[in-house]
Amino acid sequence: MAETVLTNPGHSTARLEGWRGIAADWASDQRAFKNVSWGKAMMWIFLLSDTFIFSCFLLSYMTARMSTTVPWPNPSEVFALNIGGNHIPLILIAIMTFVLISSSGTMAMAVNFGYRRDRVRTAALMLATAAFGATFVGMQAFEWTKLIMEGVRPWGNPWGAPQFGASFFMITGFHGTHVTIGVIFLIAIARKVLRGDFDVERRGFFTSRKGYYEIVEIMGLYWHFVDLVWVFIFAFFYLW
Amino acid sequence: MVDIPYEGIAGTPPAEVPDVELYHPRSWWTRYVFSQDAKVIAIQYSLTASAIGLVALVLSWLMRLQLGFPGTFSFIDANQYLQFITMHGMIMVIYLLTALFLGGFGNYLIPLMVGARDMVFPYVNMLSYWVYLLAVLVLASTFFVPGGPTGAGWTLYPPQAILSGTPGQDWGIILMMSSLILFIIGFTMGGLNYVVTVLQARTRGMTLMRLPLTVWGIFTATVMALLAFPALFVASVMLLLDRLLGTSFFMPSLVEMGQLSKYGGGSPLLFQHLFWFFGHPEVYIVALPAFGIVSDLISTHARKNIFGYRMMVWAIVAIGALSFIVWAHHMYVSGMFPQFGYFFATTTLIIAIPTAIKVYNWVLTLWRGDIHLRVPMLFALGFIITFVNGGLTGLFLGNVVVDVPLSDTMFVVAHFHMVMGVAPIMVVLGAIYHWYPKVTGRMYNDALGKFHFWVTFLGAYLIFFPMHYLGLLGVPRRYFELGDTSFIPSSAHSLNAFISVVALTVGFSQMVFLFNLAWSLFKGEASGGNPWRATTLEWQTPETPPGHGNWGKELPVVYRWAYDYSVPGAAEDFIPQNQPPHATQLIQGAAS
Repeated sequence: MAETVLTNPGHSTARLEGWRGIAADWASDQRAFKNVSWGKAMMWIFLLSDTFIFSCFLLSYMTARMSTTVPWPNPSEVFALNIGGNHIPLILIAIMTFVLISSSGTMAMAVNFGYRRDRVRTAALMLATAAFGATFVGMQAFEWTKLIMEGVRPWGNPWGAPQFGASFFMITGFHGTHVTIGVIFLIAIARKVLRGDFDVERRGFFTSRKGYYEIVEIMGLYWHFVDLVWVFIFAFFYLW
Repeated sequence: MVDIPYEGIAGTPPAEVPDVELYHPRSWWTRYVFSQDAKVIAIQYSLTASAIGLVALVLSWLMRLQLGFPGTFSFIDANQYLQFITMHGMIMVIYLLTALFLGGFGNYLIPLMVGARDMVFPYVNMLSYWVYLLAVLVLASTFFVPGGPTGAGWTLYPPQAILSGTPGQDWGIILMMSSLILFIIGFTMGGLNYVVTVLQARTRGMTLMRLPLTVWGIFTATVMALLAFPALFVASVMLLLDRLLGTSFFMPSLVEMGQLSKYGGGSPLLFQHLFWFFGHPEVYIVALPAFGIVSDLISTHARKNIFGYRMMVWAIVAIGALSFIVWAHHMYVSGMFPQFGYFFATTTLIIAIPTAIKVYNWVLTLWRGDIHLRVPMLFALGFIITFVNGGLTGLFLGNVVVDVPLSDTMFVVAHFHMVMGVAPIMVVLGAIYHWYPKVTGRMYNDALGKFHFWVTFLGAYLIFFPMHYLGLLGVPRRYFELGDTSFIPSSAHSLNAFISVVALTVGFSQMVFLFNLAWSLFKGEASGGNPWRATTLEWQTPETPPGHGNWGKELPVVYRWAYDYSVPGAAEDFIPQNQPPHATQLIQGAAS
């Protein structure tokens, strides 16, 4: 990475224990988080900021849901499917959740193979993750279509509070955008891995900086975050 | 042997920096326009922010013309007046002050002050500026669309913000929300850079507790902005959906123009919570960089170390943290659950403690200092005075029972202009004078600078001090004209006219400032690399203005904190941060 090298200042101080040690580490020179690259630190801080965005969305939705005077549509009923004559509540959401959480598994394996410099397996697992993500977005599109056919609109729906449709489309739409962006980047990075960019330290097109396998892990941080957000949306929107 | 105190890493050789992979511009376009160099980006940010700031300045003149001489100017009608107010507020708070402090000063000073070659991700940093420019252009375009810019007030409260009857309901409000969303996206790209650069890209020896307070202020403000802007982002998205798609997040059912509107069931109070969860930290996003910069100006020009550095740092952090739990003090009269007022009044008053620590420390830094009344120092002193004034009226408004009768009066206008208008602008101006020699290599004209200071400082006082009195009389804010109202004496009208005359004078004195900057760029005396004999790293660069990559072959090594002024025993009255202990010249004969 394009960073100053950590140097040994040539003297050793007695290491402090406990909290004082942590504070001394953070406050020491050059880096607050030792051995954390710039890119990884940036992704963590971005995710912290993004957490606040999703928290605001979810809190606003909860406020709307708690303060509305019209009954809130029952999610178990709304998100039910008739499969083979059986009326199964939340079945599509259950499958979507399963797919997305599985994608976190393949992503974690991709990170592992990335650090082993196993180009083909890394790229394959990243593409599998992207495929899971695309499947998730596809099922979301199906769900949106179904609800729109049933008459759900951002400004109203047949069953109750108009904020139901508004919150649903806004929050799942924002999350789906995150997943879509993740899929695009997964494919782009998988291509670079497969081509061997990170073995020959080929420079990026826009940034003209060398790439490293660590980008797979940074991508993984984002992907796991998007999955984690989905768990909260699932709990607060569908299970409540 | 006289002991020159220093900490830490004695005798460490300079860090040979291998390949830092700086982006090297290959053409005029990538050097000056699509530049990835933080210093160029900083200047681009500053010029853009100043340009749109001038628009807001002109809007304030138009508002003052109307307030001072109601009925005289036929080209200002009530709708336009509301539009001027809205755009003036929004531009000044977000597009000028936030962008200038973080995008301008942050970009220029952070890499130089921490001893880095550039921001950690220069490409993202460049994108940040271009998205910001796009946000400014979208905002400026609202002046030319049908219906003009929104007149909802800078707080944009629904339901009125998106109902017909509010000017700019067609296009203005939509473009305003879009511009805010763009601004937040652009800021996030820059803000991540500033935070990671401070945390992970400091030079050897630069520990967190050796950072100049400028960096601490900008760093803390950036962290706050990354956590506060999401609330504005969400509020903007939801208000945009309410306006465009007819959702009812914020819109209750109501009668509009005699018709029951399509909306129903939303909560206007929710918008206020989201807005002020952003809006209050925003005050400190503007104030903390000012606190940091003014500390460095005072210490440098009083030739004395900052008093209580550690406390100053913790006060910045404490103010930053506390500012996230005070937001509803803007909502005492909003109809929120009244007992929340106890909590928010208490937290609000607690903020006075770290703030007072800072003011005492500035004053104690000045105490028995070798004060040089140069232009930057004059502005720093002006800041302390206006800030104390604005802070004290904040104590009035933070208390529920005092706030309720003063709400929506000129008292509030006077308060926030003093505390987050005049005070940070004083620091901005002082900082521009202070770092102008480093950015351009030339010195500003001192006489014009002093003239500019005295007109600005005295003028700002004459504008905003009487406004407190108007507010106590009950003169409301945001009114196009007062008309004949029995509780407002005729003297209030004369006072309004007086304020308007002073406001125009102060406004025009800013032209002197701009002329000074432009003239000195070509005709100013060469300043040398360190005209203020300052200790921090940006004054120790091998070239002035600093070249691409900031430092020559080697990064500087830091041996001491940023405030070694007038160290007893040392021959010079300042010791640069990167001066090794053995290189410090001692006073002849002092050795024993």
